[in-house]
Amino acid sequence: MKELWKGNHAFGEAAARAGCKLYVGYPITPQSEVVEYMSDRMPELDRVFIQSESELISIMTCFGAGLSGYPVMTSSSGVGISLMQEGITACFNKGIPVLIVNVNRTGTGMGGGPGFSGSQDDYGRETNGGGNGYYRNLVYIPDSIQEAIDMIYNNWPIAFKYRNPMVLYTEGRLAQMMEAVEFPEFREIVAADWGMTGEAKLDPEFGPHRGDYGKYARKIAKMEEECQDWEDYMLDDAETVVVAVGLCSRVCRGAINALRKEGVKIGMLRPKAAWPFPRKGFEALPDTVKRIICVENSDGAQMLKDVVFAMKQVKALNTIPVYSKPNHGLLPNKVLKEYFQNVINGNEKEVG
Amino acid sequence: MAKEFKAPKNIKYVGFCPGCGHSIFVRLMQEVLEEKGYLDKNVCVVGVGCSANVHGDNVYGDNKMECHHGRPPVAGNGMKRVRPDVFVWTYQGDGDAYAIGMGETILAAEQGFPISVFVINNCNYGMTGGQMAPTTLHGQVTTTTTKGRADYPINVMPLIQSIDNVAFAARATVTSPAEIRKLKKYIEKAVDLQMNEGKYSFVEIVSPCPTNWHKSPVDSCKWIDEEVTKVFPLGVFKG
Amino acid sequence: MIKMVTHPERCKSCRYCERDCPKDAIKPSGKMNAQGYEYMSVDEDLCILCGTCYTVCPDLVFELLEAEA
Repeated sequence: MKELWKGNHAFGEAAARAGCKLYVGYPITPQSEVVEYMSDRMPELDRVFIQSESELISIMTCFGAGLSGYPVMTSSSGVGISLMQEGITACFNKGIPVLIVNVNRTGTGMGGGPGFSGSQDDYGRETNGGGNGYYRNLVYIPDSIQEAIDMIYNNWPIAFKYRNPMVLYTEGRLAQMMEAVEFPEFREIVAADWGMTGEAKLDPEFGPHRGDYGKYARKIAKMEEECQDWEDYMLDDAETVVVAVGLCSRVCRGAINALRKEGVKIGMLRPKAAWPFPRKGFEALPDTVKRIICVENSDGAQMLKDVVFAMKQVKALNTIPVYSKPNHGLLPNKVLKEYFQNVINGNEKEVG
Repeated sequence: MAKEFKAPKNIKYVGFCPGCGHSIFVRLMQEVLEEKGYLDKNVCVVGVGCSANVHGDNVYGDNKMECHHGRPPVAGNGMKRVRPDVFVWTYQGDGDAYAIGMGETILAAEQGFPISVFVINNCNYGMTGGQMAPTTLHGQVTTTTTKGRADYPINVMPLIQSIDNVAFAARATVTSPAEIRKLKKYIEKAVDLQMNEGKYSFVEIVSPCPTNWHKSPVDSCKWIDEEVTKVFPLGVFKG
Repeated sequence: MIKMVTHPERCKSCRYCERDCPKDAIKPSGKMNAQGYEYMSVDEDLCILCGTCYTVCPDLVFELLEAEA
């Protein structure tokens, strides 16, 4: 039966059901409700809750606990995730599949202000690693609370399979709003067999003996091939393809529906995983495609680079024009509909 | 009747400089773990500094968690909370614990993390080549205080001592057989407190750093006995 | 019976053993090991098998082991 749940609470409950053994978090708007929810829920389930003293301590606690092989989780927002970068690169280095929920606030520096409602401003950092060295996190972007639940529950095992940190990347609005959702059953908590038990045994993959540094790059290349995840929406005969993620894609969906009613051949390719970016989705686009529009809820275009690079990799799309529409804040679907119409009518300038 | 003194089986090679106090601490720790049966039930959390030189193929087998600068107490707490049956101990230097990781050091004591913290205090940053640390004595020459340090060192014991959650706090050195035996007692006590009562303990080891002090090992120990222990008094401060 | 076993190849010549030996039985040997350090020699006539050298040695040069009969 479906129940009305707040986004932040649902992220916590989904992780608990997915077998999360330890949660550690530090309050930061607009993510604080995850910490609040877990402070009650985890002890109730006889698991570990820690309120940390900083985001750095959050991620390093996850690092220590995650080395045990158990699923561990932390969450934060914007600037808090910036503080965590030292620990996230450490988690990648040791192959710890920690779950990090980034409820994006807005902007650079402290961010916030009127922008607590959220944005996709951290897109570039999340999809490019963010800390020192060459690494990538699995980045999943839900467009609804239900999808966030499913992503946490179903995709965390993927992170375990590849032993890679995973980011559930969402926005203030989605975390703060309420939707009717359904939760999966509780999964048993299991520690992965590579975990430290106190025994003097060697972790064959990412233990202290690291002779083979190429394995990190090989792992990333493998995930790039195998972990792409996206949704096609009305693409069969589309001439105009919108690319958007998260809540932004929901508004685009409204604009597309309205245009479809008017007979405009428009559809959407929605990356569910922003890293690895769904190149295969672009490969599968129909021959009818004439233009691609990249819409983002960010101060400047960030996903655009990924889109252009994916188009570069697909020969049929090399000569197709691409349009970019970043904006500070979510645009209403009426405005987007007008913009799409202008693009189709040739009244907007392409970026490449 | 003579007693047997056998080297701990986990130590395959000692990679520290001549006369370094780290080597002695490492041996004592392994002796205690062996005697108390925690050899395959312990996780060593090392920070960054000379303690991080203890790599897998040197000593400790592989139950060693390599951790970032200053973070061992929190990483260790994470491990301890999900695996409560494991003896978790941090092995840090003074730069790690009192400079970049001072927040974590105090936090661990304040919250009474169920772990044991061991800090090797050698009054400088040994691994990076002898720069000034928070524990560098007034007037001590290092590579970043070439005319002698103008400030005064920090002594964390009064602070640690004042925290209710601290079950045991002590400072020892390795300059004589008697002090080394005392240190072993402290280590044993820390192990017992954690494993039997789930309590936090803190042990600081004032250690010679002959290489960076530019003194012979024997003279380094003399300097500790004569000068350093005036600033960092030895003994049990709590528990 | 307990017997002193030394590992001169591990010695780094810190001389803590020479400093602390209660019987002054340990002295520099005048010879170098593979690491390039002058290792110590034990005068077995003076040694009383007290284990002090084991206690202070950072490099596990000295061991007192039960010798097989």
